Amino acid sequence: MPAIEVEALERVFDGGVRAVQGVDLEVADGEIYGFLGPNGAGKTTMVRMLTTLLLPTAGSARVAGHDVVREASRVRRSIGVALQEAALDPLMTGRELIRLQATLHGISRAEGKRRGDELLDKVGMIPAADRRVGTYSSGMQRRLDLASALVHEPRVLFLDEPTTGLDPVSRKTIWEEVAELNREGTTVFLTTQYLEEADQLANRVGIIDDGKLVAEDTPQSLKAEVGSPHLELSLAEEVAERANGVVSRFGKLLPAKDGKVLVELVGGATEVAPVVRALDDSGIAVESLELVQPSLDDVFVAKTGYHLEAEEEDTGEQETEPT
Amino acid sequence: MSGTLGANLRVVAALGLRSVKQTFRRPQLMAPIIVFPTLLLAIQTGGAGSAIHLPGFPPVDSFFQFMLAGAMMQSLMLAGNSGGIALAVDIEMGFTDRLFASPISRFTIVLGRLAGTAALGALSAVWFLVIGLTFGSPIEEGIAGALVAIALVTLSAIAIGGIGAAVALRTGSASVVQGMFPFVFVVLFLSSAFFPQNLMLEPAKTIADYNPLSFIVDGIRDSIVFGFSSSVMLDAVLAVVGIASFGLLMSAAALRRRVRTDRR
Repeated sequence: MPAIEVEALERVFDGGVRAVQGVDLEVADGEIYGFLGPNGAGKTTMVRMLTTLLLPTAGSARVAGHDVVREASRVRRSIGVALQEAALDPLMTGRELIRLQATLHGISRAEGKRRGDELLDKVGMIPAADRRVGTYSSGMQRRLDLASALVHEPRVLFLDEPTTGLDPVSRKTIWEEVAELNREGTTVFLTTQYLEEADQLANRVGIIDDGKLVAEDTPQSLKAEVGSPHLELSLAEEVAERANGVVSRFGKLLPAKDGKVLVELVGGATEVAPVVRALDDSGIAVESLELVQPSLDDVFVAKTGYHLEAEEEDTGEQETEPT
Repeated sequence: MSGTLGANLRVVAALGLRSVKQTFRRPQLMAPIIVFPTLLLAIQTGGAGSAIHLPGFPPVDSFFQFMLAGAMMQSLMLAGNSGGIALAVDIEMGFTDRLFASPISRFTIVLGRLAGTAALGALSAVWFLVIGLTFGSPIEEGIAGALVAIALVTLSAIAIGGIGAAVALRTGSASVVQGMFPFVFVVLFLSSAFFPQNLMLEPAKTIADYNPLSFIVDGIRDSIVFGFSSSVMLDAVLAVVGIASFGLLMSAAALRRRVRTDRR
């Protein structure tokens, strides 16, 4: 039985905003499923529906074999949830929080104490366990949130942008912990706006854009589907338009990124020299160039028409659902 | 069934304990419950002490003695309001999502908050009884009177807390719940909390006559100042039950609405 089954799931908010539109997906037991998309794409709305925090307006979803609407309580017993903004009380200590979480899941006091201490140890939080959460760094808060989501040993773990806003070291620590949990058998549904995170962690990736699932497969298959490598050229700004005309003779032009001209090269490295020569013949000086193998960003561009990373920079890091 | 009830009671107790700790750890939540009512008691007693000589003023030893029940009422109302603010803060920072995503009855979230408010109400009743005894206001009905006063204050705190919780759940905004602060004082001043209603001018007198808070204050006052009267006590209990029913029904409706339409 799949850990998550979603059929034609929709959520329409007041005012007609369709945050999630007819999404179908299936997550196998023991899989890490990366749900990739820019801010406002519908990732958080999707997670909130799958974790019973929000009712769908159409379609159906089953998590751990239970319907998220009709058997919400059973779903809640089977899942662990760490939401985007670590929902922690800054006035509680880490130990108090994890023990409260155990109580919320009907775990006895003694067992809650044992599991809580074990998990705090697992995420390296024992030294800070009796400090108030408000004194923790963002990384520590995420680790505590992750530990508390595991206190009842859930079958499916939902992580909504677990590393957004974290420094690279904390991000890597969370990745290692998620990977280890998965090795122990936990199914993970992970939303992210970081391509590298999806690439590193996920067995399969679903790309959501404007509420619709636009692609879904393993990262390798998605990249292979995009196919060819592309050449990224840094040029003086005033010649970019002219350069487009030249390089388009060698392959399909891709949307510009960070002011760079991007062109797909089916022939890969063998075509780099001809491109440079053609630009030189046209009097266009190349400042730098890089041949880039297909990445999830290329997949994203191919499916949506724009770069996810550029979107991140434009809109900041906090996902905001339509209001 | 009893297992489910037991589990829910454990959750209510755990959330109540969290609520009490939260209040002690956040001075701005504690101040309205103990500090403000104590200061107002001191100021009113010092400034309007001779009011007891007005014709028709109830037979009390001192204005301080008359004011004790009013101070308890003020304290419990602010405890209820503070509970609502804390719940709204939980919603704003997403803590309630943690609770909503757990396999508990969602109403236990409200009941847990009210359990904390009840504990703070009981604490405030004890505080003002001790202040009364310390400054020369014996409890007319002895230990029984003290217990009845504590019970009335505690139940009233739950009742008022239910309204605070309803506003918090309906709006999800701590600022809105905080905005009820002045309203608390208006309602209190239009009751017999700080002045006997028979000496008030119209229309304040008529409002105070029908204000359910007057019935509750009179019940508390009877148990610590004048002695038990079954009709006054019955009115007080009915007022508490009425407010509590209203608050809990409103909370339940607001909770259902929040779960159905949550847009975050």
